[in-house]
Amino acid sequence: MGTTDIGPPDYHTMLPGVIKKNYGKWKYHEIIRPGVLKHVSETGDVVYTVRVGSPRLVSVDFIRDICDVADKYCEGHLRFTSRYNIELMTGDIANVDKVIEAVKKLGLPVGGTGACISNIVHTQGWIHCHSAATDASGLVKSVMDELYDHFTNMKLPALLRISVACCINMCGAVHCSDLAIVGVHTKPPKVDNEKLAAVCEIPTTIRSCPTGAIRRHPDENIKSVVVREDLCMYCANCFTVCPAMPLADAMGDGVALYAGGKVSNARKPPMFSRMIVPYLPNNPPRWPEVVDIIKGVVNVYAEHARKYERMGEWIERIGWETFFRLTGIPFTEQHIDDFTHAVETYRTTTQFKW
Amino acid sequence: MDENTPLLDELEKGPWPSYVKEIKRAAKKNKAAKDLLGIQELSYKDKVTHWKHGGIVGVTGYGGGVIGRYSDVPEQFPNAASFHTIRVNHPGGWFYTTKALRQICDVWEKFGSGMTNFHGSTGDIILLGTTTENLQPCFDALAGIGFDLGGSGSALRTIAGCVGPARCEWSTIDTLNIVHDLTMEFQDEIHRPRWPYKFKIKASGCPNDCVAAIARADFTIIGTWRDSLRIDQNSVKEYAEKGFDIHKLIVDRCPTDALEWDEKKKELTLKPEDCVRCMHCINKMPKAIRPGVEGGATIMIGGKAPIIKGAYLSWVLIPFMKMEPPYHEMKELLRKIWDWWDEHGRTRERLAELVERVGLKRFLREMGIKPVPQMVFKPRANPYVFFDKK
Repeated sequence: MGTTDIGPPDYHTMLPGVIKKNYGKWKYHEIIRPGVLKHVSETGDVVYTVRVGSPRLVSVDFIRDICDVADKYCEGHLRFTSRYNIELMTGDIANVDKVIEAVKKLGLPVGGTGACISNIVHTQGWIHCHSAATDASGLVKSVMDELYDHFTNMKLPALLRISVACCINMCGAVHCSDLAIVGVHTKPPKVDNEKLAAVCEIPTTIRSCPTGAIRRHPDENIKSVVVREDLCMYCANCFTVCPAMPLADAMGDGVALYAGGKVSNARKPPMFSRMIVPYLPNNPPRWPEVVDIIKGVVNVYAEHARKYERMGEWIERIGWETFFRLTGIPFTEQHIDDFTHAVETYRTTTQFKW
Repeated sequence: MDENTPLLDELEKGPWPSYVKEIKRAAKKNKAAKDLLGIQELSYKDKVTHWKHGGIVGVTGYGGGVIGRYSDVPEQFPNAASFHTIRVNHPGGWFYTTKALRQICDVWEKFGSGMTNFHGSTGDIILLGTTTENLQPCFDALAGIGFDLGGSGSALRTIAGCVGPARCEWSTIDTLNIVHDLTMEFQDEIHRPRWPYKFKIKASGCPNDCVAAIARADFTIIGTWRDSLRIDQNSVKEYAEKGFDIHKLIVDRCPTDALEWDEKKKELTLKPEDCVRCMHCINKMPKAIRPGVEGGATIMIGGKAPIIKGAYLSWVLIPFMKMEPPYHEMKELLRKIWDWWDEHGRTRERLAELVERVGLKRFLREMGIKPVPQMVFKPRANPYVFFDKK
């Protein structure tokens, strides 16, 4: 048995010289062009950062390619952002263009700064997850191909963050993103009685259901459960607890779209994303229906929102009725909440717009 | 090989860098990566995942850090029949030397599929796809180059923070140090799951919250300051002279009307008692306006995604806490919260759900924290109040 609990390497050993020297001393920054940040220190030192888009799911050779660039121009250091972008830092402005040229040669975009659409935070999807109701990497690729120019320029009213989660577990801040794509099931679990008796605990399985839809099997001789389908909203919590209750269904699975969330406290407090489209079918490899609506919403937002207004702030100002009118997205009974905090969302005022 | 993946081949087109190209790159050297491509193509055809539920695998001495994964089409794709993931904890701020990255690449080329995520949503380096036999040697090799596993299951998950004071002028706390210190202190909690469910800690250096701590962490640390923000009037004048509309874009957008603009003198003044430290003016005029100097953090609890009772944003527990190593006060609070949650929480009940079930009042009492108005948007409207029955 080898060593355990050594923890990750100390970050001090990973910092570039200019970062180490000016740690905690930064005075201000500016975005000198899309994808390039300039941070100025109290000491007078400057560091330039080139931000580079990545598909996140990459081979070791991709990492080695990026390392080659960092070895050549960034003294052998680099970092990643919380949105999977790669940041190449240099104290020498003469290196900025060289870094950009080198990453472009690798086929990677430079951008993700300011009023743009940065990289899409996403999950594993069909690449590696047992509970995925859709794929994540393919959706990201399809959406970013269409919105590519918004990554490399900064022409939106404010930054616009998109996330993809392949099921409602939502690994990633999907519930607080300007635009969110979420994999959903629409069919109740199919109970495999034989397997359930062998691999699941019945009380735990029953208790896992937030709506109480899971009951003991009425036949005492069958050690299993039944699902009251009218109470099931396909959350898949039971499947996580008990593998004998799969929900995946080629025809039923798809994605829902949400809008207007944010985590920043700037101006308005953080907000949840709200449902704009309850269901679209999975249509790989390019999910054209999803891409069309996302693109449409981005365009309407870009045209109508005021400078600095995040998606959710804009929608709050114009009202959801105006949002649905401008985007042409139909409002349906699924948009009206009927879960735990539903009443908070019912409008208790005569104020609205036509 | 191309003719076998017509659906995925579509995703090699277009300007955004293609993950399919990356899998194909790995597939040239590695059979498991080649079969991953096949499984993914099959999912694109069938519109369902081909990964089975769970499977308990791991390395000696650890209860987590490895996600067991088996395909449901092992005959068709034998080289990816078992395709486990290793979560590797990252150095704070996600800074690396190329030497360290190359070492990770070499280890993973030897023991795994050669496919990775830089990074997973929680912040780990994700090494995607290896066999059960390779787990222990891969872990040993990672330990040999100074890396360790991250969290999984009902454990403390890998702690993450923003770039902080390493390269940002707004951070009022040392997020990298906090992340590293807590990570080292709580190695046991990270590596040996024993709680009702997962627990996440994230630290953002300012209220912009670049790591989405407020939405995603059970224990949320967000940098803030107690004194006034700082305004440099010379830089304010420079912004005005360049045609930046300070009145419309800054003063009018201040959510609490805390700024005043003197057009004649080109002077921006703050009414400090009205400022809620939202970051708007600082974000838009970084050369002229900065956070105050009396830094610390707002400690919040409860943020999580929908499973099970719905999504929660973290709420205020301690409006302001000084953040100085070795962070005794915060560690103490964390231990107290874990003990209480471990005692009272049901299986798969996150902290927010437990607190909602039993009431914030009881939680505060049992933590020994005094209620303050900053904890709520507004007091209750109903008259149904519990008083002590003495």
